[in-house]
Amino acid sequence: MGLLSPGDQLPKVRDVAQSLAINPNTVLKAYRELEIEGLAEGRPGVGTFIRQGVARASMPNRAQLREDLMAWLKRAQDDGLTRDDIRALVETTMRAGFKQG
Amino acid sequence: MDTVLEASQLGKRYAKQWALRECSLRLPAGRIAALVGPNGAGKSTLLHMAVGLLRPDAGSIRIFGQDPHDNTAVLAGIGFVAQDTPLYGDFTAKELITAGSKINRRWDSELVRQRLAQVGIPLGKAVGKLSGGQRAQVALALALAKRPRLLLLDEPAASLDPLARKEFLQSLMGSVAESGTSVLLSSHLLADLERVCDYVIVLNSGRVRLADAVDDLIGEHKRLVGPRHPGTPVAGVRSVVRASHTDRQSTLLVRTAGEIDDPNWTVHDVTLEDVVLAHLTEAEVDVDAMEVAA
Repeated sequence: MGLLSPGDQLPKVRDVAQSLAINPNTVLKAYRELEIEGLAEGRPGVGTFIRQGVARASMPNRAQLREDLMAWLKRAQDDGLTRDDIRALVETTMRAGFKQG
Repeated sequence: MDTVLEASQLGKRYAKQWALRECSLRLPAGRIAALVGPNGAGKSTLLHMAVGLLRPDAGSIRIFGQDPHDNTAVLAGIGFVAQDTPLYGDFTAKELITAGSKINRRWDSELVRQRLAQVGIPLGKAVGKLSGGQRAQVALALALAKRPRLLLLDEPAASLDPLARKEFLQSLMGSVAESGTSVLLSSHLLADLERVCDYVIVLNSGRVRLADAVDDLIGEHKRLVGPRHPGTPVAGVRSVVRASHTDRQSTLLVRTAGEIDDPNWTVHDVTLEDVVLAHLTEAEVDVDAMEVAA
């Protein structure tokens, strides 16, 4: 679908369904999720429009988290963990962590 | 919610063989439903009864709440494309449009012309000389000219090459988005279905194995991997659809009834294809068990 900026109109449901050969209800659902997240707004009888960009509010602290993660990754590599080891460790930790939370 | 198709204890027999048996299901309006099953499962039989070409030997089928057999009010609201998209090969698309306009009460010739122009199909060429993909497009456009409330397609894309199949599904999704028609399409091409369908009916050996909304099915089914399972109940599992074991490990495809918290099991999401295949093989197990018992 390409890149869209605030104020841009999302393509019509029919056009998306046709070009991607997917169920129109799926497209509608995706648009509704964008509305719920506040990224887009529907204007009845006109279409759906972008309200704001994706990466703004949460980006500053995300940069810090990313930095921490990079440092952790480096330590893991120094300890001799392979790419698959790291992935497995992250996944098991996430499962355990989210269960508690 | 409105129901477009309802079968109740529906059965059809050819000689002594039941092609469809005790088939009960309800298709809500506004869905794009897949009718899935191996060859000989009863898919075409069900579709032919839905359009009144066959009469049930047991139970009933209702379309928009009425018996479709010999019922012009109902049939005017159904678009049907039979298997291998049969069309009069010597007719041109233009002639087929004219024929359709003479034999149908409601008919939108302009819509067919537009659709065929969009996909670049010549109106003046005998349809027998078109490619398989083009013929399928002509059949679809003609079925939509009735502006049907329910569109029934029997294996519409089975014989098409991958590109023609994609183009066919594009046309279908585009027109469904525009018209809001309910669709029931039979297919054994599972890979296409997850993108296209939001409801699935699984038939095997003449019986309904599954009939549900795709979102619910994918949400409720999980694949569990863990240490070899002795067959005891797992908390949060409603039923085990299929189980396979190695010496140390078991893999279960289950229908859940809530969160699975057991730390012994790793829980994986499944695709529609996984769910359908699991229910088809489950059915085979049943059949084997019955034969042994007999």
